[in-house]
Amino acid sequence: MISTVQAVVVTALVVVGSFFLLVGTVGLLRFPTVYNRMHATSKAATLGASSMLLAATVYYGPVGPGLTSLVGIVFLFFTAPTGSHVISRAAQKMGVPFVDSADWPGTVPMRDDESDGD
Amino acid sequence: MASELPAFAELAVFGGLLLASGVTLLASYRVIRGPTVPDRVVGLDTIGTNVVAIAALFALQTGKGLFVTVSLVLAIIGFISTIAVARFVTEGDIIE
Repeated sequence: MISTVQAVVVTALVVVGSFFLLVGTVGLLRFPTVYNRMHATSKAATLGASSMLLAATVYYGPVGPGLTSLVGIVFLFFTAPTGSHVISRAAQKMGVPFVDSADWPGTVPMRDDESDGD
Repeated sequence: MASELPAFAELAVFGGLLLASGVTLLASYRVIRGPTVPDRVVGLDTIGTNVVAIAALFALQTGKGLFVTVSLVLAIIGFISTIAVARFVTEGDIIE
């Protein structure tokens, strides 16, 4: 049986995680361009999922499944910025336009033709 | 339920499961209606992150720690598929 403090912390983390997942999805649905949507999902949705995994860590303790969920948090924090950076670079190379009031600094599109390790 | 959580935490976990599932369904709107391909990729990435959260919540609800591992594996697969689709869009193929 887990203690009351653990149960309260699990409840608080689940509520916070639900809030961040909701914020991320509202941003995904409502923002105008793909770059803005990525801004919402890669931060808010990652924080929400990490909060759920942290709740699992509090529930299981720092061994076994709890340690696995800590590894999952670290993995999410490494991969979410990487993935959204790759998608945004792909979108910019495909020519997806920015929102109207924004343009690239110096109006030179980022076409540094690096051939990444072929 | 097999979980050892008290009633209020059980209720919170169930509510979180409901909200995460509904939010995942809403994210599929962006996958279907997304104007560009990166929009669909972002929507699928969000669905992957939400399913990670759902697996963690399911591990809390049932008290089975196996589902935490499921969430970690889903995170890995989501990352790899995101990278693969982005590379396919830009380069034309994934492994040259």
